[in-house]
Amino acid sequence: MNITVCIKQVPGTSEVNLDLETGVLQRDGVESKMNPFDLYAVETGVRLKEMHQGTVTALTMGPPQAQQILQEAFMMGADEAILLSDGRFAGADVLATAYTLSQGIRQSGNFDLIICGKQTTDGDTAQVGAEIAEFLGLPHVTNVSAIREVGKSSITVAMDLPSSLEEVEVQFPCLITVEKGIFPPRLPSYLKKKTCRYKVIRRLSLDDLEDTNPARYGLEGSPTKVERIFPPHSDNHRELWEGTASDLVDRLWIRLQKERLV
Amino acid sequence: MKELMINQALITREQLPLMGGICPFGAIDVNGRSIEINAACRMCGLCVKNGPPGVFQIRENSGTSKAVCDKESWKGIAVYIDQVGGKIHPVSFELIGKARQMADKVGFQVSALCIGYNIKDQAEEILSFGVQHVYVYDQPELEHFRIEPYAAAFEDFIRELRPSICLVGGTTIGRSLAPRMAARFLTGLTADCTTLDIKENTDLVQIRPAFGGNIMAHIHTPSHRPQFATVRYKIFTAPVKIPPAQVAGNLHTRRLPEEKTFSGIRFLDIKPKPQETGIEEAEIIVVAGRGVKRKEDLGILQELVVRLGGQLAATRSLIEAGWVDPRRQIGLSGRTVKPRLIITCGVSGAIQFVAGMNSSELIIAINTDKNAPIMKTAHIAMEGDLYQIVPGLLERMGKETEPSRP
Repeated sequence: MNITVCIKQVPGTSEVNLDLETGVLQRDGVESKMNPFDLYAVETGVRLKEMHQGTVTALTMGPPQAQQILQEAFMMGADEAILLSDGRFAGADVLATAYTLSQGIRQSGNFDLIICGKQTTDGDTAQVGAEIAEFLGLPHVTNVSAIREVGKSSITVAMDLPSSLEEVEVQFPCLITVEKGIFPPRLPSYLKKKTCRYKVIRRLSLDDLEDTNPARYGLEGSPTKVERIFPPHSDNHRELWEGTASDLVDRLWIRLQKERLV
Repeated sequence: MKELMINQALITREQLPLMGGICPFGAIDVNGRSIEINAACRMCGLCVKNGPPGVFQIRENSGTSKAVCDKESWKGIAVYIDQVGGKIHPVSFELIGKARQMADKVGFQVSALCIGYNIKDQAEEILSFGVQHVYVYDQPELEHFRIEPYAAAFEDFIRELRPSICLVGGTTIGRSLAPRMAARFLTGLTADCTTLDIKENTDLVQIRPAFGGNIMAHIHTPSHRPQFATVRYKIFTAPVKIPPAQVAGNLHTRRLPEEKTFSGIRFLDIKPKPQETGIEEAEIIVVAGRGVKRKEDLGILQELVVRLGGQLAATRSLIEAGWVDPRRQIGLSGRTVKPRLIITCGVSGAIQFVAGMNSSELIIAINTDKNAPIMKTAHIAMEGDLYQIVPGLLERMGKETEPSRP
């Protein structure tokens, strides 16, 4: 079974500040890491490979530094890695990102299964997986919380709905997005670290893809535009209560009664 | 179309090694004697401002700009009705409410899309929420959500109606279906919008927390149609049903041709998860934040919850510590709530959290730090220690309510 796992490098923290004068984000000195949800995707891919043979290819789009997370995927057991990196991919929204990844997947050879994390911690949209499936014309199942069975031509999974668990059988090739907790992600292995020095990350630019029309990629290929960014506003009708604890308790008690909440 | 131009000749030898530091995203690479922009570039323009004069320029490159689509030919607002087993998710009604407000501004009509099996009654009911049209795809192959036939029905609906805007609930199904449709029509999709509005030129104003949450972004889709947006449950308000005599909308039944009902997915089984009342339905919520020092201390908050007849919820850090069930998490990566009363105890109020509760009717925050962000969100910001205030309140409630309670 050949598996491709899509991963993303995200800022190590969500502490991002906005320069109110220039309207520009300040991210100086912020470390990057693999999107935590993607650790589960890599783990799922490696487990399936261990049980059913095959290869795991980790794929990411990003600046050259994003190869760090591909190294990490190697250390968890990925066999191959692809870095989609090109200045012309910059400023991509969901559509352009999903399109770029789908083009990269087409270059990665035959695959039976594509695995994505449920969402990222920076974009938080949980949309890229489904868009990739559309561009590749594959069936997809989101929010997979368990793998029940792997057959020759299909996989049976449990989809986690808010109040129910739905089991479905999906024909290969297909795409799934996995929930946090599907399998506990392993720590990067030191032994694998030693061997992966010899592994090579394949770097693809726009010219290596099937569709080389730059208008489909990056900012230009993005239908959504950020018109402006601004700090969240805060409500003006607010009261600040200070004083001793017993005063505060009294005021709170009176207020709750007045609002008929007790 | 904007393009970032670099005038390499203006970079001095001394400046060259420093160029990488100009960009907070690390998008400037120094290669030998020149610099290159890599994929991390956000076109933010900071390099133009902070770099040596003239080296970086952002130019409007009209030559490659895409033809603007004919916005005039895309009219109306469509709302996807999210149903599982014939039960409509209430977010669908909230979206109808928002769609009607926006439609009135620009003279649009609102249409609802129902996909499923044996859902005629539900489709009829939707007319009473004041939509002009309900389109129904009702056939056995659509009984369970499987992406290909559902997407095929949605596509058929869009080709028939050509709506300017499609609103979809941020449910598991909505988050699966909306991106699929946006990719099919090569258009924009904005997830988890917290504010929506419409401009006179029918552009949808979409506001959502961005970059991890502590910044809001206004996102628009200037030259593509339809404009897709997903919205979570409890962000907007459902409209009041109109009396049966005044229901004036039309029901359109459409059929998906046999060949389009094919799916690589076979439904096997659906099992209900052990159900407890969700925090989304609660009228009163007490939230535990990082100010709660030990797991055992949740006991006093639980007691307050019982006295108030509400539900206990928590912030991300306590969920991650494993102290509280993940279904009780409020915030961007948890649930959105809109209770009559929410009392936050030791919650600092990161925007990711606030985005999940700021439309609550009465927000009371208890925090020892009066400068914590939550104090700006709360209607009543109490500067105090939860370890004193909560037990104090419990004592007050015990004294005055117990005798009168059965």
